Amino acid sequence: MINKKVSGAEEAIRDITDGKTLMLGGFGLCGIPENCISALVKKGVKDLTCISNNAGVDDFGIGLLLKTRQVKKMISSYVGENAEFERQLLSAELEVELIPQGTLATRCMAAGYGMPAIFTPAGVGTEVAEGKETRNFNGKEYLMEYAFDADFALVKAWKGDTAGNLIFRSTSRNFNPVMAMAGKITIAEVEELVEPGELDPDHIHTPGVYVHRIFQGADYEKRIEQRTTRPRG
Amino acid sequence: MLDKNGIARRIAKEIKDGYYVNLGIGIPTLVANYIPEGVNVVLQSENGLLGMGPFPFEGEEDPDMINAGKQTITTLPGSSVFDSAMSFGMIRSQKIDLTILGAMEVSENGDIANWKIPGKMVKGMGGAMDLVASAKNIIVAMQHINKAGESKLLPSCTLPLTGVNCIRKVVTELAVLDILPEGGFRLIERAPGVSVDFIIQSTSGKLFAEADVKEMDLN
Repeated sequence: MINKKVSGAEEAIRDITDGKTLMLGGFGLCGIPENCISALVKKGVKDLTCISNNAGVDDFGIGLLLKTRQVKKMISSYVGENAEFERQLLSAELEVELIPQGTLATRCMAAGYGMPAIFTPAGVGTEVAEGKETRNFNGKEYLMEYAFDADFALVKAWKGDTAGNLIFRSTSRNFNPVMAMAGKITIAEVEELVEPGELDPDHIHTPGVYVHRIFQGADYEKRIEQRTTRPRG
Repeated sequence: MLDKNGIARRIAKEIKDGYYVNLGIGIPTLVANYIPEGVNVVLQSENGLLGMGPFPFEGEEDPDMINAGKQTITTLPGSSVFDSAMSFGMIRSQKIDLTILGAMEVSENGDIANWKIPGKMVKGMGGAMDLVASAKNIIVAMQHINKAGESKLLPSCTLPLTGVNCIRKVVTELAVLDILPEGGFRLIERAPGVSVDFIIQSTSGKLFAEADVKEMDLN
């Protein structure tokens, strides 16, 4: 088996330099590549374009990279939880492209499936459609949306093996598998890294061919954004 | 006049046995509390879950198990999880029977605006544009009039659009209305204690209303 294991986040992101385009998995703070984000903050690379459904919160997730002004442009679907983000956006310090969530996911998928573009009805007749090619299929309008072109995809999985195979857990799966397929270089951090043979091939969500580097992350905080509970009884 | 829970209670009556349903954030989330006994529905959360259950008991929150509102939730027997591309795949291919979402404005030709107030609020559309563009059955839960008494059911939307000509049913604190394919709101039911005249006054879009419109049955 090809061994994709690297020592940790610092080695994994070693060639992420200023101006690169990154995909970051996660939905809110669920399933985000915490170790890679910390390593990027420490490395101090700038002018990053980040493709991620959300932008974290002020002091966690991608919010950490925003605070240090390392992000030039965000491509996201929903950014409502981050006051610093909103401030940078309204003061035009940060470039932001808001796109429909399904379009975001499908543009990742297209890249991973080797398709240059997809057609979706999402955004037809809205400002999202401005400047975009449309096609009519069976009497309905669709927008043509291009596959993403990302230098790196940073994803978080539950388990992985050194061959790069990944298994995700619960709703922390979200954008991670489609982004894993879409990066020119895909870096996976996992909670538990095992040897080839320990994961059942039938249970793999992302085949190792899509993953270039893998490491076992440390000190996962897994912060909860909205802690909602019901009373016992 | 209905409160938020009243709107949710009325919308819940539209849910039929066997439906897969996507509930948006806000009032739509409350609808889950009023699904009638014996009506089997599967709730979809677009971050990648079918079969959303109630909030967990205190101490049992799982940071890996959240809904699209980022709230900790649980699964039910028969639940499944999947990635974001598949989640919107089932929305686009109309496997989801009913979508319930909020709105800031709806127009008489079925346009909806709910994602942006230029210069003020920039949160993004999340999955709303995908949902309204593809769903075959959408119910909008919204306030009929704003705090200043101005109608949010308009001849045409003033805010940036989320979707065009896609809304056919609206439930507000005052009324249940259909939007006719040829344009215009049609008053179907009025909220308890609300007069047809008041609904007419509160609707700035074209409204078709009979003199005698039945009151909502909330039970």
